[in-house]
Amino acid sequence: MTGVRVMPRSSAAADDAGPYPIGLLTILVTVAMLFSAFTAALLVRRTGADWAPIVWPPLVWANTGVILLSSWALERARAAARTNALRDISPRLAAAAALGLLFLAGQFVLWRTLGARGVFLASGPHASFVYMLSAVHGAHVLGGIAALVWTFGRARAGAYTAARHAGLTHTAIYWHFVGVVWLWVFALLSTL
Amino acid sequence: MSTTHQPSFWTHYVFSTDHKMIGKQYYFTAIFMALFATAWSLLLRVHLAWPGRTWPLFGKLFPGLFQDGVLLPERYLSLVTMHGTVMIFFVVSIALVSGFGNFIIPLQIGARDMAYPFLNMLSYWTIVPACLLMLGSFFVPDGAAASGWTAYPPLSAIPEASPGSGMGQTLWLFAMALFIASFTMGGLNFVTTILNLRTRGMSMMRMPLMIWTLFVASVLGILAFPALTAAAIMLLLDRLGSTSFFLPAGLVFSGTVLPHSGGTPLLFQHLFWFLGHPEVYVLVLPALGIAFEVIAVFGRRPVFGYRTSVWALLVIAVLSMIVWGHHMFVSGMSPYVGEYFSVATVTITAPFAILAMNLIASLWRAEIRLSPALLFVLGIIAAVGIGGLGGIFLATATSDQYLHNSYFVVGHFHLMIAVVTMFAIFAGTYHWFPKMFGREMNATLGKVHFWLTVPTVIVGFVGMHLLGVGGEQRHLYDPTAYEFLKPLQWLNVVITLTLGGAAAAQLVFLGNFFSSLFFGARAGANPWEATTLEWTTESPAPHGNWAHELPMVHREPYEYRVGRSPQGYDPQNAAPTAQPAMAAR
Repeated sequence: MTGVRVMPRSSAAADDAGPYPIGLLTILVTVAMLFSAFTAALLVRRTGADWAPIVWPPLVWANTGVILLSSWALERARAAARTNALRDISPRLAAAAALGLLFLAGQFVLWRTLGARGVFLASGPHASFVYMLSAVHGAHVLGGIAALVWTFGRARAGAYTAARHAGLTHTAIYWHFVGVVWLWVFALLSTL
Repeated sequence: MSTTHQPSFWTHYVFSTDHKMIGKQYYFTAIFMALFATAWSLLLRVHLAWPGRTWPLFGKLFPGLFQDGVLLPERYLSLVTMHGTVMIFFVVSIALVSGFGNFIIPLQIGARDMAYPFLNMLSYWTIVPACLLMLGSFFVPDGAAASGWTAYPPLSAIPEASPGSGMGQTLWLFAMALFIASFTMGGLNFVTTILNLRTRGMSMMRMPLMIWTLFVASVLGILAFPALTAAAIMLLLDRLGSTSFFLPAGLVFSGTVLPHSGGTPLLFQHLFWFLGHPEVYVLVLPALGIAFEVIAVFGRRPVFGYRTSVWALLVIAVLSMIVWGHHMFVSGMSPYVGEYFSVATVTITAPFAILAMNLIASLWRAEIRLSPALLFVLGIIAAVGIGGLGGIFLATATSDQYLHNSYFVVGHFHLMIAVVTMFAIFAGTYHWFPKMFGREMNATLGKVHFWLTVPTVIVGFVGMHLLGVGGEQRHLYDPTAYEFLKPLQWLNVVITLTLGGAAAAQLVFLGNFFSSLFFGARAGANPWEATTLEWTTESPAPHGNWAHELPMVHREPYEYRVGRSPQGYDPQNAAPTAQPAMAAR
């Protein structure tokens, strides 16, 4: 890319991607390092004598399915943009965001189910990690839903075409990343 | 496009998105916080020099800290904790990295602003509540946090552990969370701006070293700070949610056994130092960046070994992430792991020595203009030399067994991340003041400031090394409580007097700074005859940084006395002249 720029705000509009790929990469690195630190902590903490894994309610599988489905809906939105089926973009984005909200609601019900069984934050180290990591992950999902809503607004305004939809792609990269983080957290907490 | 811009008072001075104003906001916030952190350290030093004496005046001024004119032991620990925390995160980090970084990055790479101006503003307005929370924590019941700037559990994890472990520690954690959020937003902006918004011709290897150091520091911050975020979340849950991430079984307070079990405080130390050590380089590298800028301008020659410096920076960045264990040699660690951390730590001195040697070599055949900025850079070289030598003893596990947690450590890190970074802040201020405010600072007062500061800080902090060798522990409330330390008490008096003198010398700086803001001589665009891009625009730089076209870069950053230009230096945007001699060769 060329280095000569006018004010960055206008340059971002002039250049489809602008500074956003690097900004996005930085965010992903930060989130990856955060969950790496939690993973390291978990690997150390599980050597404690009191480590006793909880039994997951079956609902967790449904939640995992919902967040994967949400990523799929978002990919359908991107496919619509690629093939210039511009009318299909915003409904599919809305579906992805709704599934994201459904995932969060499902996680909340998961907590309630655990609570009903008498498994709380301080019940044991494994339970502490389950509550903490699902909460921290949920906060990142919330950020993703905000990005989806913003992208939805842009799509409704007709900002995306087959040639120009970098914003949509960036939201998708973050959203898929958050989905992968959930798979990682779930795998970690169900195998250790 | 036009760069004319008519901001209101609020959008210009308060909620500004202009990187120069945000840089200044950070800078002034750092000065404000430094006044508190310095005052706290003076109270500590006065107490340490004369532990038995009463100070009725202090008792009246700070009724919460003193009782009958004597500094209370629990408040002593609060002051130590808050002095360290505020100096590291809320003075040096935000003046050196956020302050100078924000101000100088777009100007030196030829950009009109940061990549994300709004995020930049948000980052500043996240640091403000963090500062207020830190300062406000003195006024909650039981006072401010008292577990040291490292906040080790169990002291930091159990609210009833000590007076400062209560509400003060919780506020400390929230303030740090805000700081991390702000610093991460800043780092994201720095990295993106440096990679994406360089002007035409400004290749990575033509960037001034200041930009390289800020780039490496930002990447380190982005990689390292999340570990502290994770640790802080777990610590908060241990404190407020009765979890046991860091707390083992069998802790008894006031006759009651706490319900925690199975946690390990050592885990916190690992997570903390995974951030803590790179953080040292986040602070020291931009300090060296300022040193390189100043030494080139006032030595009138290209810096020695630009490329080796860049590579040394990158090697330091990698190594700094894998040496954290040297802070924990006595915390309980396999000797084999300790051996590894020793070797890795000693290895990092090699690239660091390259940077220091390149600074020294940059003085060879220099035409030195002994400005206040250059004097402080010479001070940086001295402090790096002395402090670096001390570091070797701490890096070696065997000698660290004895020196750990002693005043040797206190003296060492004060030379490295207090003297080096503060001198860099001074050098940067004397150097960029004309660009920041359009006026020059008084050079004579600057030299007075330097000559009053250098001997006092060197004697004070080297004195601390001697105390440490003599066996005095850090965080010690009353050195005279131990018979074997009594013969060394005179050193504590010397340290307090010299460092008190150093603090007083800063009044010269502050007086010079604030009077120059209003009465300093008007500065031209390029008062130092410098080559980097910030000097190609007016002083102070207008909104958008250059009134017309952005400059185009044709050459390396430090071309002093290398070309044939009659003025003796070639700014980075000077177009290449036809050189028939080159063609003939």
